[in-house]
Amino acid sequence: MSNGPEQSDTVVVQFDQVTVRFDGDTALDRVSFAMRAGETRVLLGAAGSGKTVLLKTAMGLQAADSGRVLLFGRDITRMAERELFELRSRVGILFQEGGLFDSLTVEENVAYPLRNQKTRQAQSESETEESVREALRFVELEHTLQQFPSELSGGMRRRVGIARAVVTEPGLVLYDSPTAGLDPITANTIMALIVKERDTRNAAALMATHRYQDGQLMANFRYNPHSGELQRVSVNGDGREGSTTRFMVMREGKLVFEGTQPELEASGDPYLSKFVLKR
Amino acid sequence: MFDFLKAPVQRFQDFVVLGGRAAVNVFRGPHYTDDTFLQMDIIGVGSLPVCVMTGFFTGAVMAQQMSRALATYGATGQIGQIVSLTLVRELGPVLTALMIAGRNGSGIASELGSMKVTEQIDAMRALGTDPIQKLVVPRLLATAVVLPLLTIIADFMGILGGFVIALTLGITPDQYWSTAWRSLEFNDVGQGLLKPFAFAIVISLVGCYYGMSTTGGTQGVGRATTQAVVVSSIWIIVITFFIGRIFVNL
Ligand SMILES: Nc1ncnc2c1ncn2[C@@H]1O[C@H](COP(=O)(O)OP(=O)(O)OP(=O)(O)O)[C@@H](O)[C@H]1O
Ligand SMILES: [Mg+2]
Repeated sequence: MSNGPEQSDTVVVQFDQVTVRFDGDTALDRVSFAMRAGETRVLLGAAGSGKTVLLKTAMGLQAADSGRVLLFGRDITRMAERELFELRSRVGILFQEGGLFDSLTVEENVAYPLRNQKTRQAQSESETEESVREALRFVELEHTLQQFPSELSGGMRRRVGIARAVVTEPGLVLYDSPTAGLDPITANTIMALIVKERDTRNAAALMATHRYQDGQLMANFRYNPHSGELQRVSVNGDGREGSTTRFMVMREGKLVFEGTQPELEASGDPYLSKFVLKR
Repeated sequence: MFDFLKAPVQRFQDFVVLGGRAAVNVFRGPHYTDDTFLQMDIIGVGSLPVCVMTGFFTGAVMAQQMSRALATYGATGQIGQIVSLTLVRELGPVLTALMIAGRNGSGIASELGSMKVTEQIDAMRALGTDPIQKLVVPRLLATAVVLPLLTIIADFMGILGGFVIALTLGITPDQYWSTAWRSLEFNDVGQGLLKPFAFAIVISLVGCYYGMSTTGGTQGVGRATTQAVVVSSIWIIVITFFIGRIFVNL
């Protein structure tokens, strides 16, 4: 089964008035948005504003208390876990806390979705190995195959997480705070990988972060396959590729902004400008 | 008005749901046999020394204390019967279960708790495996098989411990073993094996439940571990009482 990018006019994720509560605390408060195939979205918000909960709700790891969540056009709000597995296999996710299995090697971690997702067409062992190798080559960690996650640095673990998220070539990739807790140089390496992955496959990407620079990078840079480097998108030049990136800002469970970068920067709202400050 | 009851009732409901889903999954594929055997090894082989020691010294201590009381009635010869009855019916199952709750219930809760806070459990669900099937069922099956076996070993070691003391009291091996053996009826052995089976379900499910509902980082893992041990220990004592009642009325 091919999990390649969807038609560009189809909606991959849609939230209708979604509310999620934890023993009385509202983590998501009537959140609504729709995200199209191939689109890039940056989800900003302070700590505890509900970014992680939003991403988990999008792939049915967290149940919504009210409202409706659609994933690839299917309503997953009341879907049974067994049915969800099929849809989840079309989504890649990088967890904030890593989520790498520490009892498995790097290779086994990256191969995990290939071997365990039942809806995936059975691959031969050598094909799996090749996909794993390719995904690890993409994040430049081919030499760590037999190591355990605990033997890697924080930045390397993040890269293994990216390899595992994209090894299945999903049509939608969710990144949960990919640069949290990393030094600026490593953070930039990670962001470069994410931009590169987005531009080589044109999959939809939804990235939660509290660093505005990360969003800026997503919006204004593209991966150039010829030079192998990131390149600033010319603002007044051709098709304005940068404008396909949309920003969303969360505050205490509410989606308080949705729009493009210029709109975000033009906003006078004090909470919003806190994120935009560092230019 | 009964708001203070809401949280515990909710927790109990979640626990029952987990138990139900685990029970369904026991009879439904896929089965992670490797994980089950690994758990049997960890719980069974790993706990063997603890159970041997506990069993042996419990039997010895009991024989030592009882001998004085029995001497008052001139019935020291009955020591084998007393040791074997109390061990097989009550102390063997309960003490073994408490040891396993402390050693493996806590282990299960902290392992699953760390997996929860590092989002490994979410990762499993995201990548195509059901954590109940992959984590809970192997631990449930392994404990249910291994705990009765450990209890039998502990019972035997206890009777052996009593025997060593009996020798020092001048009781002949023949007399000790025949009273110890003959006093056991089907009823005693029945409850002696039913109890560890029930305890195994409680220990593994409580450990899994507290592990999988851990929140709040590393601190939360510590909390989950403590709660798992405390709650399963209490349930062990309560359940042994009720199973005992049922058998008294039989
Ligand atoms: N499993 C849970 N149980 C109880 N409360 C939770 C749970 N998960 C999240 N919350 C609460 O939901 C709110 C939103 O949390 P979330 O993790 O989504 O924040 P976040 O925006 O990702 O923050 P950060 O930037 O720190 O990662 C917080 O108040 C948090 O305490
Ligand atoms: Mg988060």
